[in-house]
Amino acid sequence: MGKILTQQNAPLLEAMQEHKLNRIVRFDVPGHKGGRGNRELAEFLGETCVRMDVNSMKNLDNLCHPVSVIKEAQELAAQAFGAENAFFIVCGATGASQAMILTACKAGEKLIMPRNVHRSAINALVLNGAVPVYVDPDENRELGIPLGMSYEAVEKAVLENPDAKAILVNNPTYYGVCADINGLAELAHSHGMMLLADEAHGTHFYFGEEMPMSAMAAGADMASVSIHKTGGSLTQSAMLLCGKSVNADRVRQIINLTQTTSASYLLMVSLDLARRNLALNGRDMFRKTMQFTDYAREEINQIGGYYAYGEELCNGNSFYAFDKTKLSIHTRNTGLAGIEVYDLLRDEYGIQIEFGDIGNILAIVTAGDRELEIERLISSLAEIKRLYGKDPTGMLSSEYIAPHVELAPQQAFYAVQESVKLRESEGRVCCEFVMCYPPGIPILAPGERITNDIIDYICYAKEKGCSLTGPQDMSIETLCVVK
Amino acid sequence: MDIWYTENHTDNVRMSIRVDRQLASEQSDFQRIDIFESNEFGRMLTLDGLLMLTEKDEYVYHEMITHIPMATNPDISRVLVIGAGDGGTVRELCRYDTIEHIDMVEIDFKVVELSRKYLPFTACSLDDPRVHIHYQDGLRFVRRVAEGAYDLIIVDSTDPFGVGEGLFTKEFYGSCYKALSDEGILVNQHESTFYESYRNSMKRAHSRIKSMFPIALVYQAHIPTYPSGHWLFGFASKKFDPRTDLQAYRWNRLGLKTKYYNTILHHGCFAIPNNVRDALREAENK
Repeated sequence: MGKILTQQNAPLLEAMQEHKLNRIVRFDVPGHKGGRGNRELAEFLGETCVRMDVNSMKNLDNLCHPVSVIKEAQELAAQAFGAENAFFIVCGATGASQAMILTACKAGEKLIMPRNVHRSAINALVLNGAVPVYVDPDENRELGIPLGMSYEAVEKAVLENPDAKAILVNNPTYYGVCADINGLAELAHSHGMMLLADEAHGTHFYFGEEMPMSAMAAGADMASVSIHKTGGSLTQSAMLLCGKSVNADRVRQIINLTQTTSASYLLMVSLDLARRNLALNGRDMFRKTMQFTDYAREEINQIGGYYAYGEELCNGNSFYAFDKTKLSIHTRNTGLAGIEVYDLLRDEYGIQIEFGDIGNILAIVTAGDRELEIERLISSLAEIKRLYGKDPTGMLSSEYIAPHVELAPQQAFYAVQESVKLRESEGRVCCEFVMCYPPGIPILAPGERITNDIIDYICYAKEKGCSLTGPQDMSIETLCVVK
Repeated sequence: MDIWYTENHTDNVRMSIRVDRQLASEQSDFQRIDIFESNEFGRMLTLDGLLMLTEKDEYVYHEMITHIPMATNPDISRVLVIGAGDGGTVRELCRYDTIEHIDMVEIDFKVVELSRKYLPFTACSLDDPRVHIHYQDGLRFVRRVAEGAYDLIIVDSTDPFGVGEGLFTKEFYGSCYKALSDEGILVNQHESTFYESYRNSMKRAHSRIKSMFPIALVYQAHIPTYPSGHWLFGFASKKFDPRTDLQAYRWNRLGLKTKYYNTILHHGCFAIPNNVRDALREAENK
């Protein structure tokens, strides 16, 4: 102990490398024993991968109670992200968001949040019984996308609910839109509330140049960051960042309520390596990413019909900043729904993008891409317009439908319920989620009254081929409602 | 001294050529480029270690990729060539006085630079005033040209793994269709069927071209230094069938001296063996 670690170090990686050389005899889990007990798995994933799939042990520390290499790796991560404390999370930003919300409020307490949050945030309210105070996000009606919360709308919610414990902000939204997180943090703190940030799509804000402000820089108290999305770690790995005001030991207890006691070392070491890479090379990586997306936006906008939007939509408030690494494209003026373009790219051109909704698609671009792939995406979009484009009149624009909250999510989720046909559910209070996945933003959440607009929207999304998830009835013919 | 250049044709098959000396070796932004001198095949160009051409047998490839479309429609005047940094395809095209304009799109400046220096036998016509060289991605170039701008597009690409990948895609063939006039012809390097990996590439390319063009055929040539020695080209067109629209009289009157191509072979090269025909059928029915 006592050695000085820098961002050049990767303490967990170094410990695992040493462990590999030690040739320890395995009489612990996992039972595949470095792949010898499951040769097919070893062949498929590769020898190193299965050999390094180990469990916590003396020299490799323990995520539930970190005292050595994991602790050091987390400290380096906190330093890299400008946080007071960082926690490695192995069940995605979903886990980080839930821990964040379970820390901020408990049963009966209020949380101010935009309705266009990821389902994990509302899930947390089902778990702990806290009550959401929804702020309608602004929307861009032309594009059919929800924006951030305007300062005035949040301020109104704060004044009407002075007993609320925290404000949750998306930084950014799936489409790359940021609210004024710095202003909202000051607003929260001046009313004795915490500011929580869902930064599932914001890892790069901490390392790139010309980026929207990161939550920690804005003075947020906690942020859930999905490192695997744009930071280069393995799928399902994430971090929870905490500022100075937060009792980190309490946060660790709360994380341990729901997180596994057998955290995957593959996931954790990928976080350690991603952090080192971001700290050392992040600036160049995201400069390259932005060159790709700037170029793609320019070319796609020349095709006609598509609108790859950018900073020009910023309005100083609910669209305070745009994440230029996002390639969000409005497709409706080609006569094609976003989900239709998504399907054509996948089925006809062998290109998998992140999601398509009613009017938009999103392609995730990172420094891991090559010019070749960027050209393929642009050319495929041009071809899709040439071969499949049609008259856009009569197409439904996705619009934000303000929720009618009747019950707290937990009350509704555990209420006595019955199943009714979707078309006959108008006026009832829903007990479950309905959402297109991705993006995973609920159309309906537990406790909300079902309206005709919502039923129409669900039917249209189904017809266009969106993947709808949430309800017990996986075909979404029926919904569970409060009896 | 005993130096051999070896190319793996499959994991289990190799071809080796004794090398006299290495003339150049450079890493460009896109690939590694090597040029060798050999006793048997003369000068040789490799990209990322794969053999592109040798001085001794390059004529087969370059004659077959140009004269087949030119003899089918001798009125071709606007040509787009994609790839072809060694200049061999352009050399053959420049022999036609009727061609007015050739755009050559090569992604890698270094290939052209080294070809000019070490491969004068192919690069000899790159300075022809009708030739306009564009150093950029082929897919990007075709996407941006005006509709119907060309009578002939020749895709003289590497294999579909690596730099040439974008030139075997559906979006590329679709963009070519759009860039061709109503009489347009697309000819492409079409891999071969003998070895599994090339066979799959060939089938994918054929099914994609077939989905765009009313006429989509393949023809063959014998190229000793290419894997299996049996190589294929794709011929796609909006109007012309090269088997029935051949202008033999007009072409022969031009008096071009060739080492491989002639108008009798023109008919013959579309007579393809059953294993190729089966592969095409599989690709079409997929």
